[in-house]
Amino acid sequence: MPAKAIYWGEVWRIRLRLWRGRLAEFGYALWQRPVVLLGGIVVAAFLLAALLAEQVTIHNPMRGSLLLRFEPPAWHAGGKWAYPLGTDDQGRDLLTRIIFGTRVSLVVGLLTVGISVAAGTVLGAAAGYYRGWLDELLSRFADLLLAFPFLIFAIGVMAFLGPGFVNLVMALAFKGWVEFFRLARGEMLAERTKEYVFAARVAGQGHAAIIASEILPNIIQSVFVLSTLRLGYMIIMEASLSFIGLGIQPPTPAWGSMVASGRDYMLRAWWVATFPGVAILLLVMAINVFGEGLRDILDPRLKIE
Amino acid sequence: MRAVKILERVLSTLPIMLGVAIIVFFFIRLTPGDPVDIMMGRGGAVSAAEIEQLRHQFHLDQPLYVQLWYFLRDVSRGNLGYSYIRNKPVVELLAERLPATIELTLGSLLVSLIIATPIGILSAVRQNSLLDRFSMAGAFLGISMPGFWLGIILILLFAVHLQWLPAQGRLSYGLPLRELTGLHVLDSLLRGNMPALANSIKHLLLPSVTLGAGVAAIVARVLRSSMLEVLRSDYIKLARSKGATEWRVVIRHALRNALIPTVTVVGLQFGVLLGGNMIVEAVFSWPGLGRLVVDAIFNRDFPLIQGAVMIYAITFVLVNLVVDVLYTYLNPQITL
Repeated sequence: MPAKAIYWGEVWRIRLRLWRGRLAEFGYALWQRPVVLLGGIVVAAFLLAALLAEQVTIHNPMRGSLLLRFEPPAWHAGGKWAYPLGTDDQGRDLLTRIIFGTRVSLVVGLLTVGISVAAGTVLGAAAGYYRGWLDELLSRFADLLLAFPFLIFAIGVMAFLGPGFVNLVMALAFKGWVEFFRLARGEMLAERTKEYVFAARVAGQGHAAIIASEILPNIIQSVFVLSTLRLGYMIIMEASLSFIGLGIQPPTPAWGSMVASGRDYMLRAWWVATFPGVAILLLVMAINVFGEGLRDILDPRLKIE
Repeated sequence: MRAVKILERVLSTLPIMLGVAIIVFFFIRLTPGDPVDIMMGRGGAVSAAEIEQLRHQFHLDQPLYVQLWYFLRDVSRGNLGYSYIRNKPVVELLAERLPATIELTLGSLLVSLIIATPIGILSAVRQNSLLDRFSMAGAFLGISMPGFWLGIILILLFAVHLQWLPAQGRLSYGLPLRELTGLHVLDSLLRGNMPALANSIKHLLLPSVTLGAGVAAIVARVLRSSMLEVLRSDYIKLARSKGATEWRVVIRHALRNALIPTVTVVGLQFGVLLGGNMIVEAVFSWPGLGRLVVDAIFNRDFPLIQGAVMIYAITFVLVNLVVDVLYTYLNPQITL
């Protein structure tokens, strides 16, 4: 085998061993923090619910029976256990809709954060590494985007683009990448002067290869922590936009629009507006608890607010 | 010297405001469909000749950069466009609703500071006590809670069930109030109109708490962590060893320094206040800018949305400017 292949083989073998060790450490650290572990379990539960929505529910989330309008939750007088959280104005089971709504929230959240991370990290790393006009241009643009409050920007873009899933993800990601850009750029500025980068250059590695194989693995950790914290925020943004009608449109179950439609019936069916909100609260809290615990474990020095 | 630095900082916001205007200009080009149609709000049974005339009037027959020039020129003259849906210039519509939004924003800021400051300080001073743990758990809840849902829950609890507070609006029907500033609470105070004062405060309470809760949570956390850092530092030990009372140490020395990062965070949170403003006004039917925008979205009143977004963004830029300047006064080590 050529020398280069042997070398890379060894490198990856060592890396794998390191990762296994780190994973064990991570598991132990998690075990020591039961609240964080609980948060992680709740997040996993929501994820499973989103993936297996059809399997775990018995009712149809889109079609209900008008005879069953406004059934109260099961523990109320007149409630039925077949409809544990009650039904909405169209007789659809609320729990089923909430479970299906998890899909929307998680997909929008994950996709938005994913795009923001990808775009922001790549651009930030490039800007921080190459500097010059690229850095100037991108940084100025990022500063400009920061002049807009998040929701205002998202509402502005959505109002003109029109509601819908793709538009929503684009609008949120267009504002979301800025943070990751700044993080990646900052980290890159710190790393690029270090010795191992110089060593790689001397060894003849090209710029892009250096960024990808040497520097990025060091940056990934803080990016990952930030992304878990931002996920909860994106989910709330999606819900808020759906609430005012600019996000996911009914009849697709989305927690925000469910709360909005439930608002009209607050006096006689308080549960229609309440429980979707509880779902948002639980998911976002679990994500935040887990994300902060992650930051605590991986790098307590990182205090990102 | 400081004055020059401040002037520099002020001037640096101008390119940003220009950029904001340019971005907002491009917003309206995002909409698929005919721009004249869009401007007219698609209500129009307008003839082809009228469309051509309007097209010329809106400079839509010119290249993009010319349109941009006209747009910027208009904005710098204070002309933010015309709302055909409501038949009024956008600036007028915004000005009408501005006091209500200012009142809500100030109320929320006040509520959040009233909640966050004592909690932040006490949690730091009594670290890991029951109060600390409860407050931080509460703060966690605050940042994870969607604002629109909190508003609805508060309405359900305080307006529907307990009937202590009203669910919507600014002032109950039938209460006369001669306005001065447009801020009802202030006006009723200035006019000595006690029933109106009580009434307007009652109306302001729930929306302010809803909007302020999220901000309070974040500010409390930041204040606590900066206080913790400060309390560990040497000059605090010095003050204590000099025999100063704990109270004096905490307030005069620690708090002053802990406020520095906190003020910056409050400035950033103002953006959250501006954004959440829209949601809260929709929930509580508060007749302010936010509600105007939400209605405008529903009515497809694009010039209005454009003008409002620009105003919000520029306000945010200005607030951050004020915060930055304030920061130099608070932190003698930083010279802009």
